[in-house]
Amino acid sequence: MKQILMQDTSGTLKKELRDLYVSFNSHLRDNGLADKAQVVLVSDIGVHNKGMVVKVLPEGFIYINVQSTHIADIVAKTVVNGAKVDALAYERPNKQMRIVLRHCGILDPESIEDYIAHDGYQGLANALAMGPEKVIEEMKKSGLRGRGGAGFPTWLKWNLTRAVKGEAKYIICNGDEGDPGAYMDRSVLEGDPHAVIEGMVIGGFAVGARNGIFYIRAEYPLAVARIQKAIDVCYAKGLLGKDIFGSGFDFDVEIRLGAGAFVCGEETALIASVEGLRGYPRPRPPFPSVKGLWDKPTVINNVETLANVSYILFKGGEAFGKIGIEGSTGTKVFALTGKVKNSGLVEVPMGTTLREIVFDIGGGVFENRAIKAIQTGGPSGGMIPQEFFDTPVGYESLQKLGSIMGSGGMIVMDENDCMVDISKFYLGFCVDESCGKCAPCRIGGVQMLEILKKITQGKGELDDLEKLSEIAEAMQRASLCGLGQTAANPVLSTMKYFGMEYEKHVINKKCPAGKCASLVQYSINKERCTGCGLCARNCPVNAISGDRQTKYTIDMAKCIGCGNCYEVCKFGAVLRQ
Amino acid sequence: MVVENLQDDVKTVVDRWKGKEGNLIMVLHDIQDRYGYVPRAAALEVSRQSGMPLARIYEVLTFYNYFKLKAPGKFNVAVCLGTACYLKGAPALIEEIRDILHVNEGETTKDGLFHLQIVRCLGCCGLAPVITVDQKVYSAVKKSDVMGIIAEHSKTI
Repeated sequence: MKQILMQDTSGTLKKELRDLYVSFNSHLRDNGLADKAQVVLVSDIGVHNKGMVVKVLPEGFIYINVQSTHIADIVAKTVVNGAKVDALAYERPNKQMRIVLRHCGILDPESIEDYIAHDGYQGLANALAMGPEKVIEEMKKSGLRGRGGAGFPTWLKWNLTRAVKGEAKYIICNGDEGDPGAYMDRSVLEGDPHAVIEGMVIGGFAVGARNGIFYIRAEYPLAVARIQKAIDVCYAKGLLGKDIFGSGFDFDVEIRLGAGAFVCGEETALIASVEGLRGYPRPRPPFPSVKGLWDKPTVINNVETLANVSYILFKGGEAFGKIGIEGSTGTKVFALTGKVKNSGLVEVPMGTTLREIVFDIGGGVFENRAIKAIQTGGPSGGMIPQEFFDTPVGYESLQKLGSIMGSGGMIVMDENDCMVDISKFYLGFCVDESCGKCAPCRIGGVQMLEILKKITQGKGELDDLEKLSEIAEAMQRASLCGLGQTAANPVLSTMKYFGMEYEKHVINKKCPAGKCASLVQYSINKERCTGCGLCARNCPVNAISGDRQTKYTIDMAKCIGCGNCYEVCKFGAVLRQ
Repeated sequence: MVVENLQDDVKTVVDRWKGKEGNLIMVLHDIQDRYGYVPRAAALEVSRQSGMPLARIYEVLTFYNYFKLKAPGKFNVAVCLGTACYLKGAPALIEEIRDILHVNEGETTKDGLFHLQIVRCLGCCGLAPVITVDQKVYSAVKKSDVMGIIAEHSKTI
């Protein structure tokens, strides 16, 4: 049976998509093909801004800008004959490799039968047969490191918890994906819930835990619903509960919801939240692997890590270890967003360069503007300038550039993005999300933000830059948890690579990207002005006056620098300085 | 506020989570799912039925952004301010909504119809900038679209 996948990224089934879905089904039915092909809605095929996207399996043809008039063609050619409809076909640059996303969009996430038919729970069967030590050995061979950001070797984490004596241990899946601009974990939880559950059971078996907890953002209702459904069916099929696969191993899983606190991605804060408390981190050691949830040894693994585990135990650690580069094995999923043509999730082997990801896979910059920087690691990461775009992606290589791998956000910035402004955005996020427990983060963040605000308003002084680095260093060294320790990274990395932009803001009182409204002046070039008056009609404060003969002028006393006139002018007559 | 079956509602929730350690956040989620926010009367009732001090309940309620202490508007207008949306012009959308509805973030219009919420990443960055009104998602929104989006909902009243 063939499958016709339809992309519904927002999960809301907009009218035109619904119509297409209905038309597809009725066309199949009318032509007696209802048992030959099935129409499935999936959340992400990985092609965006190309109208309605349809993929036909098993051929794997992707069709873009599909309209209901194309249905007959697609059905006649592809569904019946397995041939491609060339006019609609989309060719995806093939630098990607799917391990974590291996099933996303391919199988029905709500069907355990489908998962099992795709070799699901084979890894668990292997693990139960080989015993905990061998599982950890296999993980060591794979070289898998935590995909949540810090990159701690998974086998080592497991081994630490395994080594602690005692009955009660826990394994927690960290699905509190809070990095703005990243949604890898959501896609995996929604698209392949069983792979994550399988990884968790394997992890639990390896460390000797009997209980697993999914900690998932409440903002991801579909992910929660799919995981819950998968858990229920696992209990019904004997894949969870008592004596799994007749091995004598018991394992229970439940879900706990996050409630919108970024700091809860930090291990100790996450544990506090699962315990029903405020998400305050606590000093380490003791590490959660020794003393975690309810003071019992606890392993915390990220969603993507666990999705890798089920693959590793199925294919073998050695095979996995051959993918990627020394020290960073396997693949990494990135949420490629920002000013890039094809935005969406990409999965590449470690060692792929940033340039390959953004230009070959991402198709380059939106509207062909000049690229300025690539940001990785979200609010804890840094901005990477052009000269380093040929850096192979890996934990150490990104760290050397002053950024981090992070959970997988990758945001492209173009010439219109101001580095001071974007640093202010990230820092503002961390200040908002700081839990307030320790002073360096609580006070340092606010102070840095105030200085950045001053600079973007044109009130910056020369020693402000020095103050920024000083406070940043104090935060890095003295904050209690990862949030505070890394909050200054975006500022530090932009000061390092785009120091000129800071100086222009402070000394010349100019914003080169034209983003900081107080530092930008607009004027109208009379030669180019046709007197159409579009700018005046779009000015929110009536600062523009004139007519067809005298042309238009901007009253600087009234101008608020919103840039509306600059954007709407069709003749390039509005100048920005 | 007057809620008819408050005691019974709370009892169902409290019973559901009885005996599970660290259940407070889950109890509050259930309450918010039921009422759209956590009314003070419900928090008091949870305290009374579970024996947990009210201060403990509010300690948690006030820490997490997700919990609302005031009744939301009829429509919840959420503007995404994740990085992708920020770069693609979400701040201008927020400005526009403020101008149209005369509310700031976290406020509800006087007629109780629209609540403006700013959220950190809805997890669909490919569609940036994104606005949701309740469950309906608007993608690649331009400033000029905002009036239409609001109007679409005011018309349904």
